[in-house]
Amino acid sequence: MQDILDTQTSFAVSDTGFYGRFGGAFIPEMLYPNVEELRQNYLSIIADPSFQAEFWQLLEDYVGRPTPLFLAKRLSAKKGATIYLKREDLCHTGAHKVNNTIGQILVAQRLGKKRIVAETGAGQHGVATATVCALMGLECIVYMGAIDMERQKPNVDRMRMLGATVIPAKSGSQTLKDATNEAMRHWINNPVDTHYIIGSVVGPHPYPDMVARFQSVISQEVRQQLLAKTGRENPDYMVACVGGGSNAAGAFFHFLHEPSVRLVAAEAAGMGVSSGHSAATTALGKPGVLHGSRTILMQTDDGQVTEPYSISAGLDYPGIGPLHAHLFDSGRGDFYAITDEEALAAGFELSKLEGIIPALETAHALAALDKMSLKANDVVVVCLSGRGDKDLSTYSKHL
Amino acid sequence: MTTTIPNRISTLFEQRNKRLLNVYFTAGFPHLDDTRMVLRGLQDAGVDLVEIGMPYSDPVADGETIQQSNGVALENGMSIKTLFAQLAGCREEITVPILLMGYVNPVLQYGVENFCRMCRQVGVDGVILPDLPLDLFLAEYAPIFREYGILNVHLITPQTTDARIRFIDQESDGFIYMVSSASITGSVKGISDGMRAYFERIEAMNLRNPRLIGFGISDQETFNTASQHANGAIVGSAFIRHLQDHGTSAESIRSFVQTIRP
Ligand SMILES: Cc1ncc(COP(=O)(O)O)c(C=O)c1O
Repeated sequence: MQDILDTQTSFAVSDTGFYGRFGGAFIPEMLYPNVEELRQNYLSIIADPSFQAEFWQLLEDYVGRPTPLFLAKRLSAKKGATIYLKREDLCHTGAHKVNNTIGQILVAQRLGKKRIVAETGAGQHGVATATVCALMGLECIVYMGAIDMERQKPNVDRMRMLGATVIPAKSGSQTLKDATNEAMRHWINNPVDTHYIIGSVVGPHPYPDMVARFQSVISQEVRQQLLAKTGRENPDYMVACVGGGSNAAGAFFHFLHEPSVRLVAAEAAGMGVSSGHSAATTALGKPGVLHGSRTILMQTDDGQVTEPYSISAGLDYPGIGPLHAHLFDSGRGDFYAITDEEALAAGFELSKLEGIIPALETAHALAALDKMSLKANDVVVVCLSGRGDKDLSTYSKHL
Repeated sequence: MTTTIPNRISTLFEQRNKRLLNVYFTAGFPHLDDTRMVLRGLQDAGVDLVEIGMPYSDPVADGETIQQSNGVALENGMSIKTLFAQLAGCREEITVPILLMGYVNPVLQYGVENFCRMCRQVGVDGVILPDLPLDLFLAEYAPIFREYGILNVHLITPQTTDARIRFIDQESDGFIYMVSSASITGSVKGISDGMRAYFERIEAMNLRNPRLIGFGISDQETFNTASQHANGAIVGSAFIRHLQDHGTSAESIRSFVQTIRP
């Protein structure tokens, strides 16, 4: 009972991997030894001084951290509040994804793993994984939906140039959820020498917690930077887009237990929440089990997983991480559904106002600013999760 | 966990414990209304247990063959609701123990209690839900299963530690499903020395539950080897391929079963 009470008021993961009623490790027995090995070791590995030293050194010298917290003056003037951008787009490889892959490759090495498998949607996580595998000299296999491989060709070429083997996921709908299924199957078939680097705060416990910890560098830096710039540690709003939810989890992490900070999550509404072509998970989903955790997911009445749609391949996922399901369920987070059109407009707006072309995923977070009732003295931080180079072909269709 | 309600699976193992053959097929495959015909065909061909797959959009523990059959069945309109409707009344003609195999999400959406009640009502004896691990099952659902007398069969693999096997053995009834190798369904061919060593290791543990070996059992030779080390074996992908190529007639099913256990 105590455990249940604690997890309802706390946004930290419980011993058994739950955030409120979401999370856990719903995995077939074939994955149990791997996941259990990770669960038993991840906290002590991360706490180890040699890990800490290597992790922080790589974040500084290789990723280019800390990333700037930039006061976006023209955007602020337009939106009528003080808006800071946390520049994760300036990370090596162009998005926050690399914070997680650096952490996980160091964990994999310490577990004695020789090979890495990963899934990718837009290819950003695949590139970030291929990058750290090249850096550490580990074999890298990335599953990517056959359809995504066509629409994100530059990232496929990047992964290959970095030495990764990219395998098309041809099952189901041939997008991110199927790539995740294939990566899990690969891990089942190669249980001893392979580590699975999941790309977001999804999957069985301890993945959501481990990935959130690696991404928490985002909010850790925001606090220090905001204090230095404004004399206060806490913004009024922290805004991030949610695909699986890793950049949002990192951006929210150090503010989870600061009730004065509103946590704002932008989901992809695609062509509109009720259009039948959407990825707005909290608006359309129900509790269920997906990829190893109990969370909110888009599904039919029969419990079959629904194929999501978004203009942004990184948000094109039918679930969200269990932490976010709990933030939604408990009312701790505000969730907005942003359409393709609204995201595109926000992407063009930021480009012209601040000279920063955001990733289409990130553009959803920016579009949420127009849905919030901002006041003149509000301080808002938007997690600028990635840069828009990979999305130029999509943007250019709307120029 | 032990149930007090008599169960066809437990009764079967009390009567016979050698060379038992359990065959898997996907409900609603190749055609929506084939379920009953295949079930009857398997019983008539003499199989000892039948495992009916509840198709799912994202079957992570399954290889290509079963994935595809799941996809076809879903396109045919298969659902748990439809499956129970198809099975209603089957106990007038079907006496073999029936297990439903599937993934946990459709069962959660159907409602675990409703699901167990319907299993009881139509005469399903047990279920296999690979992504509902024992720990979570015990914490949340075991009492409901027990109330309706539905067995939940658990898996072990070559990587499962002895301590965990003991735990699974203690909390299981019916039988233990021994996954033959670290793999998804349909991906292993033949039985290697490593697999044999694992079979022998488990044999030597003298578990309280009977064991059936599955994954990679596709012909007489693999069935015989598995049966030497356990109480029998489970065939899945090979039968799905057979249904695809040779159809669902009683004749076709009988000839398949003959190739496994003449
Ligand atoms: C730039 C960027 N932002 C956000 C996401 C969505 O992922 P998450 O919700 O895990 O941050 C992606 C995924 O590819 C991405 O590339």
